[in-house]
Amino acid sequence: MALAIPGTTGNPDTNCYDMSQSIQLHTFHGGLKLDGHKAISTSHPIKTAELPATLLLPVQQHIGQPADVIVKPGEQVFKGQKLTRASDYISAPIHAPTSGIISAVEERLVPHPSGLKALCIEIQTDGKDKWGEKVSYPDFRNTDIVTLRNHIRESGIVGLGGAAFPTSVKLNPGRSIDTLILNGAECEPYITCDDMLMREHAADIVEGMAIMQFMLSAEQCIIGIEDNKPEAIAAMRAAVKESELAAEVVAIPTIYPTGGEKQLIKILTNQEVPGDSLPADIGIVCQNVGTAKAVYDAVIHGQPLIDRVITVTGEGIAQPQNFLALIGTSMAELVAQAGGYKPGVKRLIMGGSMMGFALATDEIPIIKASNCILALTEVEQPPAQPCIRCGKCEQVCPALLLPQQLFWYAQAKDFDKIQDYHLFDCIECGCCAEVCPSHIPLVQYYRFAKTEIWNQEREKVKSDIARERHIFHEERLERLKKEKAERLAKKKAALKNRPKVGDAEAKKSEIEAALARVKAKKEKQTTTQKNIER
Amino acid sequence: MQFDTQTSPHLAGENSVAAMMRQVLYALVPGTLALIWFFGWGVLINLVLATIFATALEALVMVLRKRPVKAALGDYSAVVTAWLLAVTMPPLSPWWLTLIAVFFAIVVAKHLYGGLGYNPFNPAMVGYVVCLISFPVQMTSWLAPSGLAEHSVGFLASLQTILTGQLPASLSWDAITMATPLDNLRTETSLGKTLSEIRAEPLYGSLAGQGWEWAANFFFLGGFWLLYKKIITWHVPVALIVSLGVMAALFSLGNPDNFPPPTFHIFSGGAILGAFFIATDPVSGATSPRGRIVFGAGVGVLTYIIRTWGGYPDGIAFAVLLMNMAAPTIDYYTKPRVFGHKPE
Repeated sequence: MALAIPGTTGNPDTNCYDMSQSIQLHTFHGGLKLDGHKAISTSHPIKTAELPATLLLPVQQHIGQPADVIVKPGEQVFKGQKLTRASDYISAPIHAPTSGIISAVEERLVPHPSGLKALCIEIQTDGKDKWGEKVSYPDFRNTDIVTLRNHIRESGIVGLGGAAFPTSVKLNPGRSIDTLILNGAECEPYITCDDMLMREHAADIVEGMAIMQFMLSAEQCIIGIEDNKPEAIAAMRAAVKESELAAEVVAIPTIYPTGGEKQLIKILTNQEVPGDSLPADIGIVCQNVGTAKAVYDAVIHGQPLIDRVITVTGEGIAQPQNFLALIGTSMAELVAQAGGYKPGVKRLIMGGSMMGFALATDEIPIIKASNCILALTEVEQPPAQPCIRCGKCEQVCPALLLPQQLFWYAQAKDFDKIQDYHLFDCIECGCCAEVCPSHIPLVQYYRFAKTEIWNQEREKVKSDIARERHIFHEERLERLKKEKAERLAKKKAALKNRPKVGDAEAKKSEIEAALARVKAKKEKQTTTQKNIER
Repeated sequence: MQFDTQTSPHLAGENSVAAMMRQVLYALVPGTLALIWFFGWGVLINLVLATIFATALEALVMVLRKRPVKAALGDYSAVVTAWLLAVTMPPLSPWWLTLIAVFFAIVVAKHLYGGLGYNPFNPAMVGYVVCLISFPVQMTSWLAPSGLAEHSVGFLASLQTILTGQLPASLSWDAITMATPLDNLRTETSLGKTLSEIRAEPLYGSLAGQGWEWAANFFFLGGFWLLYKKIITWHVPVALIVSLGVMAALFSLGNPDNFPPPTFHIFSGGAILGAFFIATDPVSGATSPRGRIVFGAGVGVLTYIIRTWGGYPDGIAFAVLLMNMAAPTIDYYTKPRVFGHKPE
């Protein structure tokens, strides 16, 4: 059941539901019809942002293990040159977005909800935009899949929908894949970067999908796009028709959060990804349209992930629009190119209005996961009131949770109970907080509970190790004690059985035995010595 | 440039507790007007008195609890409680009876348990039941619906009666009050009359009691408004009315002379008001959709049992309070299936 919010944008007039659409659409529980605020940033074509004088590249821009820095300050780098090396299977390198000199490798402010500093590489650009070595596989169909996957990995491609999970890992599902889904839903308010990318680069996206389809041998290809983007749907349908790929472009209803991976899969296939599994476990891989374009750029043109389309929008921006910007460009610079702030700007957000996080300053770079810079003016935040258990939150929860129960247990810090209520199935979409008549910042409570539980688990692992070590130590002491006791007992027994003094024969044999022992010991020592010298 | 850092979502929704409570008040208007039409000015005077008492007590408790008074009054929850009490109390109840009911509702049932959102029992029903048990005579002195009474009570007479507890000299209690249909039916069947004989009396209308059935119809209208505005869901009202109807149907089919039909039960007493306005109280009720069905059905069945075999003519208030006690357990056993998980 979807709750209608006044001023919805779901426009039934736009006829993007192709009658030949063979895929039957399904529904997911809950969700919201939201005011999209999308038209304000789609009137201009994507503009290539100016080359900035400096670029700041956080080393960690992906989910997974951090990568190792392989450049030093003062070093000349060329466009596309690798700056870090992936340290683990789930990791991704970053590349120089343009040519220039490395001016610093140090901790700087990065886009993070807590305003953290993290290791960054700073490049003073030289304006020449000179490419380094380029590797590409235009004839990908005659290329080994492992080579392609490795190339995508080395090109630093991560999911561009916002999660930034390494794409190469998703392209190695370890089982056969039935369905490859391209996610062009873009359900979050304000964000239009995928919409504009589909309108302007549909053919590249479809080609990128063809590469992924080839790598996965997926039988079915579906491109899901919300029906509030008729231009993108038309462009993608035309591009599919032109290509060899047998993909279907499906218009899906505009209900937030259809773009959530699990929600999109439910809508298109009626399958629910089990709680503790990945889509690949049910034979589905889902990729963002921007990621498909990045795969295309890397495989066909040899360009690693060094730029992306980003929406700079909101009531606080003078000329909202989309930019093709180099990763590492300062947000302040992009805002300036969008005409700067309007008076009365209050809040700056990376991402959309539902899930994006607020930033304290704009003096930070955009990263691979930055799909939107949103500047809001009037942000009304009514004070929170007590929960009246009205149940509106569970009516809109796409994960079918009981948000008010989760809130209750988060407030009480009952972290066992909150997991019984499946806290970790919460996707933090914010629907519950949006409809809450008491204006309780529910998602904040869930994030708090999740972080606390993770901390507790880390502590538990630590204390488990300490306990094991302690037990082992105790056991060792016990063992040594026992061994010592045994030795003493033996010795005692030996002494007891010792022949009486005066038994010359026995004494002689004892001496001989002692001499033999000494000799053996000496020999052993010399061999060890020799070994060491050797 | 420095920006504020709140967590997502960043656009506040338009919903608010005050807006929801206001809708409940709007929805109560038609039924209340019908009550005033049939039972006179006393209903309105009660309503005004209860509202004043509730607002004053709410403010007083908030001051004592050192909490913001304005926010509490601004959510209209005390007014809703007052209004629900006013339409369930007899129209000429003395002022102190209303005060006691409101006191127990607002101070005891609501604020002693922690205020809005924390009360395990429906405040209005606690106030009502305390008065019903303590002052059974006053609480069952309902006026006869207009058209049946020998004398009607005017505005000033009503005001005087409520404030002094004394009727004007020209009126007598016997002349203006009358047993409610539920009460009357109970007495008469216990005297051995058959239902068709009883229903022939002028007290009864086409569905249930004269006047009563019309008040119920108008509360029904208000209930539909609440459903339409999505303030309540269909689960509680439907479950309550269906279960009450099914119980009535089972017994009246078996013995139509002694057990009234479903329509009588549904349109008598507080059934409709209870189904849409009282049992749907989110704070003290069950919260999951399935839980709400169980909750509503429980109220319906208990209401029938209390009406038919219990000591009181109407059972809605007791049924709601009993089910309030069961609500946490119901919630525990009716958790919805989480996305991507098998049913528990």
